[in-house]
Amino acid sequence: MNIRLITSFGFSVLRLSTPLIFAALSAAVCQKAGLFNMAAESMMLWGALIGVIVSGATHSALIGFLAAVLAGAVTGVLIWVATVKGKADLMLAQIAINLASSGGTIFLLFALTGEKSNSAVAIKSLALPKIAIPGLKSVPVIGPILSGHNILTYGAIVAAILLSIFIRRTKTGLHIRAVGENPHAAESVGISVPRIYLLAWTLSGILGGIGGAFMSMGYLTSFTKDMVAGRGYIGLSASSMVGGSPIGAMFCALIFGVADAVSNQLQLTNAPADLVLMLPYIVTIVVLVVISVINYNRANRKAKA
Amino acid sequence: MEALKMENITKIYPNGFVANKGITFSVQQGEIHALVGENGAGKTTLMKVLFGMEQPQEGAIYVNEKKVKISSPLEAIELGVGMVHQHFMLLPSMTVAQNVTLGMEPRKNGLVDTQKAVQITQEMSDKYRFGLDATARVGDLSVGLMQKVEILKALIRGAKVLILDEPTAVLTPQETRELFEQLKLLRTEGHSVIFISHKLEEVMELCDNVTVLRHGYCNGTHPISELDAAGISRLMVGRDVVLKIEKEDPKPGKPILEVRNLTRTNAEGKKTLNDVSFTIHEGEVLGIAGVEGNGQSDLSDSISGMVSYDSGTVKLNGKDLKGMKIVDIRSAGMSVIPEDRMTVGCVNDLSVQDNAIADRFDKKENMNGIFLDKKKAKSITDALIKEFEISCDSQDEAIRFLSGGNIQKVVVAREFTSGANFVVANQPTRGVDVGTAEMIRKYLVRQTREKGIGSLLISADLNEILEVSDRLLVMRQGRIVAAFPKANVVDVDELGEYMLGIRTMTAQEMEGVL
Repeated sequence: MNIRLITSFGFSVLRLSTPLIFAALSAAVCQKAGLFNMAAESMMLWGALIGVIVSGATHSALIGFLAAVLAGAVTGVLIWVATVKGKADLMLAQIAINLASSGGTIFLLFALTGEKSNSAVAIKSLALPKIAIPGLKSVPVIGPILSGHNILTYGAIVAAILLSIFIRRTKTGLHIRAVGENPHAAESVGISVPRIYLLAWTLSGILGGIGGAFMSMGYLTSFTKDMVAGRGYIGLSASSMVGGSPIGAMFCALIFGVADAVSNQLQLTNAPADLVLMLPYIVTIVVLVVISVINYNRANRKAKA
Repeated sequence: MEALKMENITKIYPNGFVANKGITFSVQQGEIHALVGENGAGKTTLMKVLFGMEQPQEGAIYVNEKKVKISSPLEAIELGVGMVHQHFMLLPSMTVAQNVTLGMEPRKNGLVDTQKAVQITQEMSDKYRFGLDATARVGDLSVGLMQKVEILKALIRGAKVLILDEPTAVLTPQETRELFEQLKLLRTEGHSVIFISHKLEEVMELCDNVTVLRHGYCNGTHPISELDAAGISRLMVGRDVVLKIEKEDPKPGKPILEVRNLTRTNAEGKKTLNDVSFTIHEGEVLGIAGVEGNGQSDLSDSISGMVSYDSGTVKLNGKDLKGMKIVDIRSAGMSVIPEDRMTVGCVNDLSVQDNAIADRFDKKENMNGIFLDKKKAKSITDALIKEFEISCDSQDEAIRFLSGGNIQKVVVAREFTSGANFVVANQPTRGVDVGTAEMIRKYLVRQTREKGIGSLLISADLNEILEVSDRLLVMRQGRIVAAFPKANVVDVDELGEYMLGIRTMTAQEMEGVL
């Protein structure tokens, strides 16, 4: 294998992992609050579409990005309203919102442009900038892998670190964890559980929205229908595996990114395409099983001790 | 000074149950005040009222001689009332310091000041000699230490009156002694403690005054120095209405159920059954009395095969039941009226019919090839509804829409007609109306006398246990501590003393009655 192949593979791992990391962080916030977030998919989808529409309309990538974030946050708040204020079942509400978002994004695209599957022709949307890291760029192998990514790829790593500090070290983060572990205990010392849920869903929506913005303003430069393609669920798996730890979720997302990249590479070979496309999902199942076996054994050993 | 006074508190639940009726009691500053009473006497409700978890229909609460309104636990905490719940409100994955300072975390530069939190927690723990390590994870602590964390949580929030709801129920004797030392220390510091307990020896040792509740009424407040344990027991245990069941003396036949040296340790490592042995014969009802939580549930579950046990044998009709599947135990001749009818006794969402035939739908005579014989199912259910006077709109109605009494009737109807010659009835009339309760009791006696089945009756209702049972055993801390050959002549005061651990029979005294 030549160096170029290695660097391009490494580069694509980071690129492909970026939306997975945001999805994983979106799920992680909720998991820490004791909520099961299946709706990262919707948050990302709306973020992707609104980012494209607003950046096209305003000719500003930044405003488009902020609109995408807002769209994700609104999706999160919607779930909170339905489940906390409206007392709807969390799972059903999220399934409903996922199905509605899949259709709703296409409908909005069609209503605005007459297109049903791709915004590329109708909307001149902008992409977020790529960043070349001055010193790093010229380092062999590592340089080409790490430098020149979309700003949100770096943003994903920064977000994971910030979220980790937020959850572990701030008062609000502590309260999120308390609510997640035992809502009654939290309530008994005056922490408002609904308020914490609202915060978690909003934060989760923001992260999902950023992930969506990356999909349509970085990974691709247009919105295509159902472009999130299950990444929200993979993020959820990544977060579940590590108990919602943001840094852990980021690394898990990277493992899935590797599977994605391998799948992409194999598509260039003679390997059967359908099987190859299954790879990331198979990896998900395998890793989930391995982790739960490890946890089970650990719990067993602890019980015996 | 009066730290706290509850005056004329009346609490009636929406279903009409009168939990507290005109209760007045007060706690002085720097005293440990016992609140005692049987299960259902209203202790927990009264404390819920005090802690703002329930709103009374009548009555007033005074803290430091000022009238207050407490409408939530937070308000109670602000007024200096702290509560240590029986079920801890803790976060196992967090440290002691994090748990103690939750919701009032010290901060520095926007982040939680972990060092400060640890420091104030440790200082508090050392001050009251709790022996806690503020940096330890709560999940790694023993139950006794977890309780200390709960107490610390209340103290750090400024609690002057501390409510402890059966704090020693989960403790080892050593931990109990330690807790008492710490509570006495709190008393000298001017705190007041409300100590809820069943264990009279603890009340005698620790408390200054005792308030006794009985059936929702206050049976007076007395200085401990003026009472002995037997006196408290008499105030607690009593029969208001004496219920009579006409029945002739039993003519016990051959043994049906033989329990020998049954011992069980539960998941928390506590011995809930300790060398329990007894025999039940054809045609007799054996009653087991005791304060709830002294191993009765484990006994019923061990016999009926719901849980496994460490050692000993349970023989039904000469067959050792150890390791048998429940379906096989049932076909060996067991039927069970479980304590919790909603989770074990029936399937909430299934119809009356499905529940009534749950144990017999797969019998050959009730099947039509591989299908259920719906006609047969209907006629079986109709007969049961008629015989047991179950009121339901239709037998296809989901059972959860029925009243508690009628649900229990369905369970009782199924269990009494299963063809078994032995029945375990665990709290068979709890929470059902008076009429249904009477019917169930009479049915139990009749079945035993006429059909010659053997019955094990476990009940916290003294009226019931004394009238329905033929022989009577008393359980305490997983052991049989007393045995009476004739239940309906047992003196209630004497029974109370055995239940509460003031007296214990020797093996010789119980010989021949087990």
